[in-house]
Amino acid sequence: MFVLKLIIRNAFRHKLRTGLTILGVAVAIMAFGLLRTLISAWYQGVESASASRLITRNAISLTFTLPISYGEKIRSVPGVRKVSYANWFGGIYISEKNFFANFAIDARNYLDLYPEFVIPPEQKDAFLTDRKGCVIGQSLSERFGWKLGDPVTLRGTIYPGQWSFTVRAIYQGAEKSTDESQFFFHWDYLNEVMKKTSPGRADMVGVFVESIEDADRAAEVGRSIDELFRNSLAETMTETEKAFQMSFVAMTGAIVAAIQIVSYVVIVIIMVVAANTMAMTARERIPEYATMKTLGFGARYIAGAIFGESITISLVGGLLGVALSFPAGTWIEHSLKQFFPAFAISTPTIVLDLVASVIVGTVAALFPAWRGTTINVADGLRRIG
Amino acid sequence: MTTCPDNIVEVRDLVKTYRRGAQVVPVLENITFDICEGEFLALMGPSGSGKSTLLNIIAGIDKADSGTVAIGGVDISSLSETDLASWRSLNVGFIFQFYNLIPVLTAFENVEMPLLLTGLSRAERREHVEIALGVVNLTDRMDHYPSQLSGGQQQRVAIARAVVTDPRILVADEPTGDLDRVSAQDVLGLMERLNHEFGKTIIMVTHDPRAAERAHLVRHLEKGVLNDVRS
Repeated sequence: MFVLKLIIRNAFRHKLRTGLTILGVAVAIMAFGLLRTLISAWYQGVESASASRLITRNAISLTFTLPISYGEKIRSVPGVRKVSYANWFGGIYISEKNFFANFAIDARNYLDLYPEFVIPPEQKDAFLTDRKGCVIGQSLSERFGWKLGDPVTLRGTIYPGQWSFTVRAIYQGAEKSTDESQFFFHWDYLNEVMKKTSPGRADMVGVFVESIEDADRAAEVGRSIDELFRNSLAETMTETEKAFQMSFVAMTGAIVAAIQIVSYVVIVIIMVVAANTMAMTARERIPEYATMKTLGFGARYIAGAIFGESITISLVGGLLGVALSFPAGTWIEHSLKQFFPAFAISTPTIVLDLVASVIVGTVAALFPAWRGTTINVADGLRRIG
Repeated sequence: MTTCPDNIVEVRDLVKTYRRGAQVVPVLENITFDICEGEFLALMGPSGSGKSTLLNIIAGIDKADSGTVAIGGVDISSLSETDLASWRSLNVGFIFQFYNLIPVLTAFENVEMPLLLTGLSRAERREHVEIALGVVNLTDRMDHYPSQLSGGQQQRVAIARAVVTDPRILVADEPTGDLDRVSAQDVLGLMERLNHEFGKTIIMVTHDPRAAERAHLVRHLEKGVLNDVRS
């Protein structure tokens, strides 16, 4: 109780110094937490990918397409429940800065494979009956103010021309992590135009999406699909949706690694700053530690007081940092909605933040505690005056 | 050597040197003397003569290079750091020149500190602290922080802290060195009272002849040698 009282009072003895240190730790912990959340958000597509969906693409590269006729053969593979397909359209709304993902999809059953996209039945019917209709996510709708019935024109890049659509359905994510920023339209519409303008590109799809009966047999089913097209003109590569998404994230692996490194560097920097504060504090308190030792207090008390003070300061900073990370996270989520559908500070991140702040406090107190406990009493007392 | 029925301090052949780089500086050279129980001894001498070092060794906060110090029959030179800390908390009260109070603790809490190492209950500690603060006439200031007290009052709190565990010996290193004349007289009067009324053995290092006058015995230390005795 006495040591606790001493710790609390000592921690707030130099209010400005302690306040600045707490603020420093708070900012560092907030930055650490936000960077960790950014990394989680980066992998969100991978995390939210279904284990029971496979993606089949051209074995050469994703930029090479596959004949639509492959669909029937894939459907015959044991273990495959449903097959659909999609093309990455790469359309631009007004300018490149308005980027969002847009796909030409097999309207009849593509959305059935993605139950996480929740669409009111009447809107889905409206989409299915309008060949130029499109389905957009809720956040995309909010971003551009699009409502049901609004016309939307995209400028094609992969498929040149001005492409006109009408918003027929707006989906909402079943989970917070569901991407609500996508745009889907009829593959048939794309194919019809291709038949007229570039017949060589007609009847080709970017990827086949398969739902399978048993997620545990995903590798086996994938191998069977690829076996079907071995030695054909367009060999396939089938992988789980998770692995497919991961291949995109892997392209940015260096960026993720850099963010990870920066998050740890932030902690190391604040550790050094906190250690400097604690070293200054301990140096000033040497006569007090010497007095305590003179009165009979052992190293355990002195070390407890120093570690306690340091951990108290860094933990208060950590708690403040965690508290600040929520409004900061909300702001980031709002600002970067098109890149990160959900930017939520998770419980493991909060725990990691608090563990990091305790580690900062502990490491910062190591040297001062060693000095405080090993100081010769007579030498310590001589420093007074 | 002093002859008295009960020697509380027995110092034998005490040698202490300090190193300044390669140079070895002798501080205490074969010091041998006794202090009787209930004595009020003043140790005087010029700066650097080794007075504080001798006091620190007797109080168990410094170690001699050779020789022995026995306090109440216990050879403290052979005790480990941990045992010495425990022994100090029970047997010695310290009064410092600059009071050495913990600034974030009130007068009450400062006086209570040594009792935290005992097995006393909170109520018992409170009783002891109130008695100690009563002895130094500061009961009404027990909730004040050191910064809210004058130098004389702070030294009285330090004296209360020194006596609260009822130790046999009080060691005081220049107890009036940082005080004005009136406060110094006040503190010396208090120390005399502790010696007379409560039978505490007091060893005081001082430069101040007026302070030394209050002692029963004055010993001079010069160039590491305890060279004369005046009572």
